[in-house]
Amino acid sequence: MGAFLARRLAGLVATLLGASFAVFSAVYLAPGDPASFLTQGRSASPEAIAAIRAQYHLDDPFLTQYLKWVGGAVTGDFGRSVQFRQDVTGLLLARLPTTLFLVGYAGLLIVAAGLILGALAALRPGPLDRVVLIGTGVATATPSFVAAIGLISLFSVQLGWFPAFGNGEGLVDRLWHLTLPAAALALTFAGLLARVTRASMLEELAREHVEVARSRGVQENAVIRRHVLRNSLGPISTVTGTVIAGLLVATSIVETAFGLSGIGQLLVSSVTVKDFPVVQAVTTLIVVVFVGANLLVDLVQPAIDPRLRRA
Amino acid sequence: MLQINDLTVRLAPGQAARPILDAVSLRVAQGEAVGLVGESGSGKSVTCRAVLGLLPRQTAVSGRVLVDGQDVLSQTAAGLRDLRRRRVAMIFQDPRASINPVRRIGDFVTEGLRAGGLPYRQALDRAEGLLEAVGIEDPRAALRRHPHEFSGGMLQRVMIAGALAAEPDLLLADEPTTALDVTTQAEVIAILSHLRTERGMGMLFVTHDLELAAAICDRIYVMYAGRIVEEQATGELFARPRHPYTAGLLAATPRLESHEPPHGVPGRPLSLAESPDGCAFAARCHLAVERCRERRPVLETLEHAQVACLRAGEPVHD
Amino acid sequence: MTAVTLHRRYRLPADRTTVAGVAVLAVLVAVAILAPVVAPHDPLAIDFSAALSGPSADHLLGADQSGRDVLSRLIFGARAGLLGPLLVVTLSTVAGTLLGVLAAWTGGVADAVLSRAMDFVFAFPALLLAISLVAMFGPGLTAPVVAMSIAYTPYVGRLARGVALREMSRPYIHAYRVQGWSGWVICLRHLVPNVVPLILAQSAINFGYALMDLAALSFLGFGTQPPVPDWGAMINEGASALLQGAMLPALVPGAAVVVTVVAFSIVGEGIADRVSGRER
Repeated sequence: MGAFLARRLAGLVATLLGASFAVFSAVYLAPGDPASFLTQGRSASPEAIAAIRAQYHLDDPFLTQYLKWVGGAVTGDFGRSVQFRQDVTGLLLARLPTTLFLVGYAGLLIVAAGLILGALAALRPGPLDRVVLIGTGVATATPSFVAAIGLISLFSVQLGWFPAFGNGEGLVDRLWHLTLPAAALALTFAGLLARVTRASMLEELAREHVEVARSRGVQENAVIRRHVLRNSLGPISTVTGTVIAGLLVATSIVETAFGLSGIGQLLVSSVTVKDFPVVQAVTTLIVVVFVGANLLVDLVQPAIDPRLRRA
Repeated sequence: MLQINDLTVRLAPGQAARPILDAVSLRVAQGEAVGLVGESGSGKSVTCRAVLGLLPRQTAVSGRVLVDGQDVLSQTAAGLRDLRRRRVAMIFQDPRASINPVRRIGDFVTEGLRAGGLPYRQALDRAEGLLEAVGIEDPRAALRRHPHEFSGGMLQRVMIAGALAAEPDLLLADEPTTALDVTTQAEVIAILSHLRTERGMGMLFVTHDLELAAAICDRIYVMYAGRIVEEQATGELFARPRHPYTAGLLAATPRLESHEPPHGVPGRPLSLAESPDGCAFAARCHLAVERCRERRPVLETLEHAQVACLRAGEPVHD
Repeated sequence: MTAVTLHRRYRLPADRTTVAGVAVLAVLVAVAILAPVVAPHDPLAIDFSAALSGPSADHLLGADQSGRDVLSRLIFGARAGLLGPLLVVTLSTVAGTLLGVLAAWTGGVADAVLSRAMDFVFAFPALLLAISLVAMFGPGLTAPVVAMSIAYTPYVGRLARGVALREMSRPYIHAYRVQGWSGWVICLRHLVPNVVPLILAQSAINFGYALMDLAALSFLGFGTQPPVPDWGAMINEGASALLQGAMLPALVPGAAVVVTVVAFSIVGEGIADRVSGRER
């Protein structure tokens, strides 16, 4: 187990290094001189350019610059934002709560709706199953921005139940403001989770050991819980990796659609104005979270299915 | 203690239903070991499952299945659960498919007990004793292990332990050794037989292997195409099989002592759904005559046996 | 000339849902190709007097905030909407299939390298890669298409490699090798055709994903640039119209996206069903 973990961690670090290298060298692959790239669109007096060159160590060899960036990144220093003229790290931290709140809220909705609908569809074949199949079919075909627009038009403009943009202050106000965004974010993934849950449970329901448990006089509820649901956890947890990846990026879209000041919206606006330090930092952050989450999912698998454990 | 009367089962109700069993009747007395022998498609597994009420959702069933006088087919859900927890237990064919691979052995063995309300600790203790009885080494540790750590033969013993946990009066064994190799088969059968007689349980032993049934059963029913075609005490069945099918099965078994090669029954076994009018076995029977294809034989008593053959009463042939 | 050894025979009609899906797609492609003929108005024609008007005889689905006909923009938007994903799927499918089969066939170090490379790309969500490339090279169709083609390739590659490995373990491949057929010929003549049906099913579904991702990029302003009609961009422009009470400019392209992706999913699943059905 220890060796396995060490190997996976090594792989994680290697991937992160490679990814950060790719992200970093992106500036150098872009057409034009990095300095003018970093100041794109802004006034560029020679002194300003010289200052930027010094600040970004642009006169140092490429590898040195990269290593300095990695060193900074590891200690939490991602440089300065060109558009906001402040520390990128500070910028990120200020916007983190909103994004975390949104993602957490959406995550809850995804898990609740996905698992419940999927399980119900598997356990009660008939009209309910058909409805869930069709509903999830449409849900998985609805990207988050379409869902956002749809939800805004119905619940905000027509019914006036929820606001169409803004973060909100304080817990309740935030919940109110973030409900539509969380729902828009959750829709596709809840549909996906429901389908996977349903398929997995249907497969497990057909297995012999379920019948055997019934033959011992175990209550149907317990049979479903201990033999069907429990055995479905494997495929369900695997799809969680996909969901997390999608969530991380879809956040950018939803935050932009609803005018929320979170990390995703920061990424989008930074790309538009070519504030590269910010783009580098956020991209790296997303990759770190994604790779880390996948690693966690992989590590959890042996706990779920004992057959995967090495003796 | 077990009495099945005229059990008829059709899969899926309505005209297009596929018939599985036709008027099957059998009985198992207290403490008696009875064999139910037939090939694939004969309906023996369905008969076995009917005793526990384990028929698939959409089946049309008629007849009665009485366990200690109570009809299983008309039981409430709660009554069925009670039956399954305390009076009848079943051993299934493939232990790897029948035991949840994701849970521990201890969970499996104690599941029925806990469902019946026994506290966890006590259930585990009882499970430990059972594992020891079936010959698992270091039973305490085994309780915490997972199915994939055991061989097929060991797992089948665990299955037996699980079935015995409830201290049932009747044991149903659905081809318990078919998935095992021959030497393991012998061990498992020995354990099963020993424990059964020790606890005085009745047993319905379902198999396609006539010799195997003979080894541990007092009486044997032979099934063909969804119907019982013969029933006799074991010794007499082997000495004087009354039904041509039984005779055919016996002749098809290779024997060490004999110098004659085995000769099989031509054709392949039919299921009830495929059977023509008249005797289902007629097409493959070397003794068949015209009336066999027209009239369906009914199970009748003949001396100490029951046979379903129109020519059973005639003077002896093979 | 030896015939290609296909393990499966192609069978005929599928069920009604799949047929419906194919029909929808056929109509869509036809509309996109025949856009200048089918559209009632010029999609770029501005007419402020009609701005945000509701459905009328002249504008069947109303007009957007610049008075442009929504229906015409929807029809022309199908062009960008289908072209982008088509490029992405074609490129990633070809690259993924070749790389996957190659990795399976050569094995050893080359396989390890290719698999590592694919794993590396897996670490980047497709949309993120696209956004990064847009940051470097500017908005438009090029950067997103390149990025997404790269991002989707490993998914196809992994599938292709798996199927190729399975096929390679079958005796007939060994037989060809022993007879002296060159690796290339065996790969192209025998491995690839057996890999293709499953890949095709996955690619149909990927088309839907690519469409959603590209539309999202356009929504953010990173994809097709105005005034070219594009469903994602239309939704973005329509968002402000929403708050003024005009629903159609934003909802109609949204519905178009959903319907198209659903159609692709249905077709993809239909192909997948037939492939797996044949394997039984």
